[in-house]
Amino acid sequence: MTIDWINFTPWAALAGGVLIGAAASLFVLLNGRIAGISGLLASLLETGGEGRSEKLLFLLGILLAPLLWMLFATLPAMEFQSGWIGLLVAGMLVGVGTRYGSGCTSGHGVCGISRLSPRSIVATVAFMVAGFATVYVLRHLLGG
Amino acid sequence: MRKLTSFAAGLLFGLGLLLSGMANPAKVIGFLDLAGAWDPSLALVMVGAIATALVPFTWARKHERSLLDAPMQLPTKRELDGRLIGGSLLFGVGWGIAGICPGPAIAMLLGGHWQVVLFVLAMLGGMLLFSALERRRAC
Repeated sequence: MTIDWINFTPWAALAGGVLIGAAASLFVLLNGRIAGISGLLASLLETGGEGRSEKLLFLLGILLAPLLWMLFATLPAMEFQSGWIGLLVAGMLVGVGTRYGSGCTSGHGVCGISRLSPRSIVATVAFMVAGFATVYVLRHLLGG
Repeated sequence: MRKLTSFAAGLLFGLGLLLSGMANPAKVIGFLDLAGAWDPSLALVMVGAIATALVPFTWARKHERSLLDAPMQLPTKRELDGRLIGGSLLFGVGWGIAGICPGPAIAMLLGGHWQVVLFVLAMLGGMLLFSALERRRAC
């Protein structure tokens, strides 16, 4: 294994993580809700359900965060490495997978692990292993 | 009040995603590429987030109501079943292909990249597909 020191951004990553953790903490301490993005999105796709406006406003906050960011700095780079077929397949897998698995990086990886939930720890290990394996296959076996 | 705190928490969450590097698919894939030149940054995002959230979530587990008197809605499922593991594996494959997970997808949506729009539409399609399959299963 070689470390990519050029792209390694430890302080921004740690500080960003602290903000994400603080936001998830505020949401659970004040609103009593889990900041799980896939779960929030899915519940807004259903009709009815409680707390729709709170869920919608949380997602709206994420959506509008770049506009607030741009008041102070230029947006960080967003570089895409897959074509439209890859994005389509990836989006479908993320949509179906997070529903069967009841969560994603935020709900399981941040909130769930912080609650010490065995389900979330297992889910996080599963999606990380699958992510590592997928990149290995695409980059090193198929050489994409 | 709770609507305001929802929005504020969402904003903070989004800023965190942008700062952390999670909203750059190339950086996410650099983290997932253990066999290449590995960028460990995103492991530190998890460390920072969990270290910050551990005490608040421990408090939440011990309380029935939030500080603003909302019911504490924490997941109650306990079983480690095939749906949890299979679903998470599928999610991980999708994450590995594009380097995008649901939170960053929302945070990048107004960034002016068609790739994010396509990804989000496909993701919502996948969620609707799941709901349709569940309804059939229930019949």
